[in-house]
Amino acid sequence: MNKKNPTAPALEVTTLECGYDGHVLLKDVNFQVKRGEIFFIIGGSGCGKSTLLRHLVGLNPPSAGTVKFFGECFNSASADRQREILQRLGVLYQGGALWSSLNLLENVMLPLEEYTPLNAAERAELACMKLAQVGLSGYGAYYPAEISGGMKKRAGLARALALDPAIVFFDEPSAGLDPLTSRRLDELIVNLRDLLGMTCVVVSHELASIFAIADRVIMLDKQTKGIIAEGDPRLLVKHSSDVRVREFLGRGEDAAAAPRQNQPSP
Amino acid sequence: MSAPLNPPTPPDSRVLLHQQGEGLRVEVQGTWRITETRPSWPALIAEQAPARVKLVWGRLADWDSALLLFVFEVRQWCRAKGAPCDFADLPEALQKLLHQLEVVNETRMPVDRSRDFLSMVGFAAQDVWAKTKEIATFVGECVISATGLLKKPHKFRWRDCLDEMQQCGAMALPIVSLISLLTGLIMAYQSAVLMRQFGADIYVADAVGLVMVREMGAMMTAIILAGRTGAAFAATLGNMRAGEEIDALQTLGIRPVDFLVLPRLVALGVMMPLLALYANSLGILGGMLVSRGVLDIPPSAYWVETLTAIDLSDISTGLIKASAFGLLVGLAGCHCGLRAERSAAGVGRATTSAVVMGLLLIIVADALFAVTFNILGW
Repeated sequence: MNKKNPTAPALEVTTLECGYDGHVLLKDVNFQVKRGEIFFIIGGSGCGKSTLLRHLVGLNPPSAGTVKFFGECFNSASADRQREILQRLGVLYQGGALWSSLNLLENVMLPLEEYTPLNAAERAELACMKLAQVGLSGYGAYYPAEISGGMKKRAGLARALALDPAIVFFDEPSAGLDPLTSRRLDELIVNLRDLLGMTCVVVSHELASIFAIADRVIMLDKQTKGIIAEGDPRLLVKHSSDVRVREFLGRGEDAAAAPRQNQPSP
Repeated sequence: MSAPLNPPTPPDSRVLLHQQGEGLRVEVQGTWRITETRPSWPALIAEQAPARVKLVWGRLADWDSALLLFVFEVRQWCRAKGAPCDFADLPEALQKLLHQLEVVNETRMPVDRSRDFLSMVGFAAQDVWAKTKEIATFVGECVISATGLLKKPHKFRWRDCLDEMQQCGAMALPIVSLISLLTGLIMAYQSAVLMRQFGADIYVADAVGLVMVREMGAMMTAIILAGRTGAAFAATLGNMRAGEEIDALQTLGIRPVDFLVLPRLVALGVMMPLLALYANSLGILGGMLVSRGVLDIPPSAYWVETLTAIDLSDISTGLIKASAFGLLVGLAGCHCGLRAERSAAGVGRATTSAVVMGLLLIIVADALFAVTFNILGW
């Protein structure tokens, strides 16, 4: 299982079943995320996007199926190995989830303190750089309660990047942000991906972000309890055979105008 | 730089040094992981003093910030020694990151938020004054709300009030029982030693009864409820504030004091005397047990003696105190909760200060009551 597989996808999900308290939200979920890809998980409210994310990062154990990172199965790994794998994942939570008793610099430094042999000066230097990368240089001494929602998210991203993760998960990065801040965050995601080569898995229903930066999307649906579409959102919006997908991506306009237009117009 | 998961074997970051005339060629190899120890530049370079340093990328399998920090270390060393440093051969992404790190390093200004002693004293004094004003305002708000509700009693949240009564009253019975029984027991033991020397064994009943009814019943119950209920009020209201629930009430034009504080104050003000009465009887029971077991005084004699010692004015002073303590504990809890900072740590601090403030108010009020009752001759 630990064999290095240089071509394995960054994330591979097979026949995953998600839910909680014995109540199944998604079943038979299968998808792969390629290395260095910006991959979106989209769908209407309550379709299980965030639940799926919680299953992917090991917060909820799946009732069936497997999650593999770079070819290595996460669910069947030992607890110690899971902790090691988690060090290579970064998660940006919806509200930033910064630890309120620590200032921003300490928030970013905590993972470094926990897992690296670096000395205090190096940790501070690196943490400052991470904060600068997300556009928060000079805010290290601020506490989470003293900054705005957008800044909290960016600081949360700096913390997620602290250990140079191979995959970063984003839970609704643009929720509650104004269009400009949201767009800057999108640009930041692309820049960081280009610079650091990390894989990004984004849970979102923000159409602007989806069309701007997604390489590929999967769309979940509440009734089907699974994936109803997969591919490039720019193609799906026009050519998907599923009206729900066209409706969602086209904000209902496309489906209303041309209910059964499956073929591209010349 | 993106990389698979940590390999099961530790990464093998290596640095090879090649002497090239006066210069030094530094070749970085292997996998560099920030979670592992990396080669240290000062140890590698030791006493050498090359005229220039050229960093080259050897068989570099994978790297992250560990390599970045190493290159940065080399760069800083070269700067200090005045040796030119060439790292054009390194990956472009690494060079970009190195530039970012350098910018941060040059522009980083430590923010010093510490204050000198004198200004700390000044700020603390201002803080005390501001808090006193806040408490006075809060008490005022409560009085205004209470008079408003007296005119419109149907607006009062009876359901919430009953819930709180159950929480702070009925649910507190076990702990109140245990603590007041033990208080009576301890007092009986302590006074028995003294009374015995004078052959006045029976007066243990007077001592325990009076102290319990006038002082300890109300006091112990108040202390328990400050820790139990005052803290719970602060945590609940603090969390509601953090979750903007209090703001939602305000924008609806509902005063949080009407909606949240008064039901709690009334609940505590009503339940506290009842609990104190209960505590009194259990304290007396504790004394009775000790007298029976240690002093051989029959319970009936103990009871008769207790009745001669205690009269209604003793009990009512105890109950007046208990009611006042209840209101004070509730006020402290709600006040701290409503003024909590909007964060997890803020809620924690609010809870702590609710308990501390509650205890402080109880003791101060008890002292005032002692003086007042003494003057009134109750």
